[in-house]
Amino acid sequence: MAEFTLRIRRYDPSSGEAPYWEEHTIELEPHRSVLEGILQAKAKSDGSIGIRCSCRAAICGSCGVRINGQPGLACHTHLDAALAKAKGGVIEVEPMGNMPVIKDLIVDMDAVHWKKIQRVSPWLINKQPIPEREYIVSRESMIDVTQTAACIQCGACVSDCLSMEVDPLFVGPAALAKSYRFVGDPRDAKHEQRLRDLAEDPHGIYACTHCFKCIEACPKGVAPMSQIMRLRRIAGNDFHIEDRNNGERHEMAFVKNVHKNGLLHEADLLPDSYGGKFHPRAVPELVGSLPVITTALLRRKVTIGKALGHPHKAPAGVKRIYDIVEGRDQRVELNLYITGTDEDSAPAQPEPAAAGAEEATTS
Amino acid sequence: MKVAYWPGCVSRGFTPELHGSMAKVAPLLDIELVELDRANCCGAGVIAEHSQELADTLNARTFALAQQEIDKGASLMMNICSTCQGAQSECQERLDANAEYRAHVNETLQASDGLEYEQGIINKNFLWVLVEEIGLEQLRSLVKRPLTDLRVGPFYGCYIVRPSARLGIDAEHPRDAYLGQVIEALGGTVIDYAGSHKCCGFPIITMSKDASLRQAGTHLADATDAEADCLVTPCPLCHLNLDLQQPLAARAVGRQLAMPILHLPQLVGLALGLEPKELGLQHHVVKPTSVIDWTQSVVAGVGAQAA
Repeated sequence: MAEFTLRIRRYDPSSGEAPYWEEHTIELEPHRSVLEGILQAKAKSDGSIGIRCSCRAAICGSCGVRINGQPGLACHTHLDAALAKAKGGVIEVEPMGNMPVIKDLIVDMDAVHWKKIQRVSPWLINKQPIPEREYIVSRESMIDVTQTAACIQCGACVSDCLSMEVDPLFVGPAALAKSYRFVGDPRDAKHEQRLRDLAEDPHGIYACTHCFKCIEACPKGVAPMSQIMRLRRIAGNDFHIEDRNNGERHEMAFVKNVHKNGLLHEADLLPDSYGGKFHPRAVPELVGSLPVITTALLRRKVTIGKALGHPHKAPAGVKRIYDIVEGRDQRVELNLYITGTDEDSAPAQPEPAAAGAEEATTS
Repeated sequence: MKVAYWPGCVSRGFTPELHGSMAKVAPLLDIELVELDRANCCGAGVIAEHSQELADTLNARTFALAQQEIDKGASLMMNICSTCQGAQSECQERLDANAEYRAHVNETLQASDGLEYEQGIINKNFLWVLVEEIGLEQLRSLVKRPLTDLRVGPFYGCYIVRPSARLGIDAEHPRDAYLGQVIEALGGTVIDYAGSHKCCGFPIITMSKDASLRQAGTHLADATDAEADCLVTPCPLCHLNLDLQQPLAARAVGRQLAMPILHLPQLVGLALGLEPKELGLQHHVVKPTSVIDWTQSVVAGVGAQAA
C-alpha cells in the first residue's frame, strides 16, 4: 500500500459558486488506477465528488478526464505513472476540456462530442440494391477501417483539440475519424458526398491544424489526425474536390512547388494556395497581407529579387522520384497500426515505436 | 563534432536570420556544419497528406545523403526546424519499422539517384544536440553574457513534441522540457505560460485564417500576461506566425502585442557573446527592443545591471 494525494477540481454550476481545488489522500497499491483513487476518496471522505465510470477496464470510455493536464481514461492510468508526471508530488485531476462541465469531473458530452458525431452521418449508407444475403467485402478493406472502429467515444481527443479551442464549430478529431470509418468502407454509397460536405465546410477537414494533440490523447491508437489526412488525400486525389477553403489548392500548390524547386519557395506558395497571384481569390488575400509583406521587405527579411526569382531548382533525382511515385496506378500506404513493427527491427530503433504500432502488436 | 546539417527551406527563405545565426553559433559550440545542399523539402506533412509514399521517399533521399556524410565522419544528422524534425521522424518511423516497405522505397531511390537509405539514422534538432550531445554543463561554461533577468517563454512547435513516443520523449529524454533547461543554462528565467506546447496556427493560415491568427494571438497574449520579455522557438514556421504575422494576430484577438520571438540559435548566440546584428535580430518584424538595448547592443537584463 502507498499513499497518494489527489488534487481534484470541484465545480457545480448549479450552485452559483466558483470552481475550486480539493486535495484527498488515498491509500492504494501503486499499480491501481487513478479512477480507483477517485472512487476511494468519494467513498471515504466526500460522496459528492462527481465522476462518470462504468467498466473500469478501458472499454466503455466513460471516465475521460485530464490527469496532470493530459487527457486520458482515469481507469487506464496507473497511480505510480500519474505520480511520476505530477508536479510537487500531487496528482491533479480535472474535467476534460472543450466541453462544458456538468459537475466536477463530468462534462457534457451531448453538447459537444455527440453533436459532432451526429454531424458526420455516423451510419452506413448502403449501396443499392442491397444484396439479398450478406455483403461480401475484401478482408483488407475491413482491416483498413479497424483503426477508426477502435474508437470508444471517450472524448479525450476532443478535450485537447487545439483547432476546436479557437474554433468551437470545428467538426473535430473524433467525428472526422468516425467519418473515415464510412469513407473507407466499400459498402458505403456516399463517399464523395461525405467528403465534399466536409471539404466545403469551413470547419471541416481543412480546419485541422495538424498539431498531433489527438494522436497523443487517444488511449486506443485511433490517431484521428492521421484519419483526417486520409480524408484529405481521398478528397483531393480520388474525387478532385476543389473546396472553397483552399485546402486542396494549398496541398497541390505545395506538392508542385517542391517538384519545381526541390525546396519550398514560400513566395509562390501563398498566392498559389489561392489559385495564383492574379486570381480574384488571391488579390484580397495579398492586399490584406500587404502590411506584413511591406514590413518583411523593409526589414530585409526577404528581398524582392529572392521573392520573385527562383534561386533553387529541383535536383534531377527529386523530379525522378515524383515521376515514379506519382506515376503509380495505386497509392502505396503503410499503416503501422495494422502492420506493426518488424520484430528484428524493433530493438535497433533509436526511438521507441509509435503508440499505434504497439497497440497493433498487443491487441 | 561534425554534423550532416539539414537547414530546411524556411530558414533559407522567409527566416534567413535563422540560417545565418546557426552558422555564427556553430563554431562557438565546436559544431562543424556540413550542409546537405542537394537534399530536399521534408514536405511539412503536406506532401504526406497528398501521398505518404512521396513524402517517405523524398525524406529517405535526404537521409541517404546525410548517411553519406555520416560515413565520412559526421556524428549524426542535425536539423534546425521542429517541422522538419516531426515530418522526417514520421517518415523514418515507417521506413525503419518495415523492411519490405524500406526496400520498396529504396528501389525508387536507386532508380532516381543511385542512393540507398539504411535503417536507423540519428536525426536531431539543434535543441536535442545542445542538451544530449554538447550537454548543459558545457553550454553553461561557454556563456559569456548570461541572460540574467531576461524572462524567456519557450515555444516548441507541435512537430517536435508530439506524438511523444515517435519523438523519443521519455523520463530519460525529457525533450519536451529541453527549452527550459537551455534557457536556464544560459542564465535566463523560464516563463511558464499556457501556450508553450500548443500550436502556432501556421498550418491553416491559408485555409482558416482567423482561427490560425487567433491561435498565435492567444499564445502571445498569454505570454504577455505572464510577463515574458520574449519567446524562443526551434521552429521557423512558428516564427512566421508568431513574428511575421504578429500585427494581424494582435488584431484577431483584440490585443496590443509586442512580443519579440527569437530563434533558438539567436538566444544561444546572445548568451555566447555574439552581437544582435550578427544574429540577424534586425530582420524581425517585432523589434526585440525588450531583449536588446539597441544603443549598446547588450542583452537588457545585463545592461541594467552594468549601468
